[in-house]
Amino acid sequence: MKTMATFKGGIHPPGKKDLTVSGSIETAALPNKAIIPLVQHIGAPAECLVKPGDIIEEEQLIGQAQGFISANIHSPIPGKVIEITQVYLGHGPLADAVVIELEGSFKRLGNASEPKNWKEIPNDEILNKIKSSGIVGLGGATFPSHVKFSLPPGKVCENFIINAVECESYLNSDNFMMLEHPDEILQGIEIISTLIKPKKVIIGIEANKLKAAKLLKKRIAELNLDIQIALLKVKYPQGAEKNLIKAIIGKEVPSGKLPLEIGVINTNVSTCFAVYEAVALDKPLVERIVTMSGEALRNPKVLKVRIGTPISELIEECGGFKEKPFKVVSGGPMMGTSFFDLNTPVIKSTSGILFLTEKEINQDKMDSCVSCGKCITACPMGLNPTTIYKALDFELLPEALNTGLMDCVECGSCSYVCPSNIPLVSLFKVGRNEARKK
Amino acid sequence: MSSMDTKIIVTGSPQIHSRQSTKKIMWLVSAALAPSAIWGVYLFGLPALWVMMLSIGSAVIIEGLLNKNHAFETLKDGSAFLTGLLIGMNLPPALGSIHYFYIPIAASFFAIFVVKWTFGGLGTNWMNPALAGRVFVFFSWTGAMNHWTLPSRAGLDAISGPTPLGSLKTGLMSIGDNITGPISLLASEGVPVSYKELFLGQIPGCIGEVSALLLLLGAIFLLIKKIITLDIPLSYLLSFSLLIWIFGGKPFGTALFTGDVLFHLLSGGLILGVFFMATDLVTTPLTTKGRIIFGIGCGVLTFLIRFYGSFPEGVSLSIIFMNIFVPLIDYLIKPKRFGIKNNLGGKANA
Repeated sequence: MKTMATFKGGIHPPGKKDLTVSGSIETAALPNKAIIPLVQHIGAPAECLVKPGDIIEEEQLIGQAQGFISANIHSPIPGKVIEITQVYLGHGPLADAVVIELEGSFKRLGNASEPKNWKEIPNDEILNKIKSSGIVGLGGATFPSHVKFSLPPGKVCENFIINAVECESYLNSDNFMMLEHPDEILQGIEIISTLIKPKKVIIGIEANKLKAAKLLKKRIAELNLDIQIALLKVKYPQGAEKNLIKAIIGKEVPSGKLPLEIGVINTNVSTCFAVYEAVALDKPLVERIVTMSGEALRNPKVLKVRIGTPISELIEECGGFKEKPFKVVSGGPMMGTSFFDLNTPVIKSTSGILFLTEKEINQDKMDSCVSCGKCITACPMGLNPTTIYKALDFELLPEALNTGLMDCVECGSCSYVCPSNIPLVSLFKVGRNEARKK
Repeated sequence: MSSMDTKIIVTGSPQIHSRQSTKKIMWLVSAALAPSAIWGVYLFGLPALWVMMLSIGSAVIIEGLLNKNHAFETLKDGSAFLTGLLIGMNLPPALGSIHYFYIPIAASFFAIFVVKWTFGGLGTNWMNPALAGRVFVFFSWTGAMNHWTLPSRAGLDAISGPTPLGSLKTGLMSIGDNITGPISLLASEGVPVSYKELFLGQIPGCIGEVSALLLLLGAIFLLIKKIITLDIPLSYLLSFSLLIWIFGGKPFGTALFTGDVLFHLLSGGLILGVFFMATDLVTTPLTTKGRIIFGIGCGVLTFLIRFYGSFPEGVSLSIIFMNIFVPLIDYLIKPKRFGIKNNLGGKANA
């Protein structure tokens, strides 16, 4: 293993992974009513293929991808479509959704299927399988995977980096995935490697997941694979792709460009598992691992959840609340979004649901900026958040853009450390939207 | 949602915050200063307490009056209290005499009204308010500000006498034979002082600056609590010590590299200035590199003033002088942006 590398800047919020770390992945009860939004990815919403009254099979295609950047949506349960409605998603937007009531029998659940020998499948068929199975990046960005794994002509992938960092506090979804499914993940990595033909494959993992790192290393040796493991110092936001690349190969992705510019393709470790299931088992993306955590929850757990399961059912599964939650968060505490409707369904990007108490949040009233420079030390992109903030405050958008507003990755480190509690990231998001409109 | 009988709040990300707040910083700095302030009262008696009560009281009242609409908020953040405390600690205890009562008040008024609020209150002042207040009264009432009390223990009548740095300045004007450094000079002047007395604070001086030991303990507390960083204190102390070491022996006719570093580190307001005033968040540069430049500037200026200026003490003036350069330092020293080559914080053109 390499020595402990990392990037410049960043912060150390309380890890809180111990809330769930002693358990294992538990399978959540099937939802009686699944609410399946038709947009669970970056890009165009899928087109609805069903209407109320239709009888649906498990894993049936119910939403057809529209355009190049889009993803298919499948039914997580067999049953009857009772309505097409609109729901607010955990990260804010309102989306069309298919509501399916559970009935009938499962074709896969309970019947173990034999994995295919994917090495015999031609590349274009593998890519097609990934596309038709609705695989998206499961690290949170939900970028359609088949787009990422189709190299544009003339581009070469030097380094294929697997993001197993899970730098957000509380979350253990990727960690448990590696501990319980190392072989499937490694096969997924091999499948993707046949598509993008990287010169080097590196798994980046933080030192707080030593057990998973050791297990993967052992299996890599036993299976005689050409995959390296880079053990990284624990620091947020190590999982941000540009910082992860810098930490592992020491190169900086130029401002405003994609990692492929310097020959890197980056994917989340759980996505590799989903790719394996799609290609070797013909299984579309209908379930995912969700970390249910936070001090307000009675029994924090890591659950395997069918997409579309309302969060209220998962709360029951975890024994309800031991304390009133002050905030409910979809995703990690730093980049996740808070929401209020507990009937919100789990979607492909739901890596965790956190129920935070007032004490954990530690929110105070905003004061004036005291120019302490803590935000500058914390910024992983080398920006000057206080200057950008002041420019935006004085409505000097060009000045803010010159200072690097568009390079902000919205990781939240600056807001986290700000002693004056200035909501820097929220203000930057507004500024960025403003700039994109022009 | 029967289990939800309470409101859930929704905010933008991040959803959590560190435990740091401006309020906490201000009160912890005040707490770190407390032992030294209490030592000052023990050493110089009730007049010292009276001076600090005047400076703190007037600072808080002026802050409250200037910000009437939000008085409760800005008083709670503790910045006015801290300014008042620092002013009090930077004044000579002899001001505790009743006919000087207006001097601490004038210092607080200048600090809070002129320096802090004419530019918009906390966060917008371009000069350390407490130091500006001290320097204002120093130049306005030079006689009173150079009247020092010998340590007397509470209750006894105060006897006046010069500070070690003051004696040094006057002693150097007519230097005798066999004088090799500040300690022997002071002994020949009839005001002997030992390193131990300097370190523990059994010397005349400003109320809060005498005990290097208690100030260092306060500084360590702030470092552990991550309220202050080491960049400014280290660069300040190192540059100052280096210059003293190299040139400090010259006035005594000894060779280079023989200066009495320890004497200069322990005397005057250096420790108080280095750890509690040169580290003020508002009036120091934003970047670590900038702060190191700031610290070196302070160290060089303090050396120059102590050795070539007409005042014995140079810490306040050096810090204030460097405060003025902060906007320039921040303009020139910018963080290295990720993914941009050869940038000076300028436009992204990669």
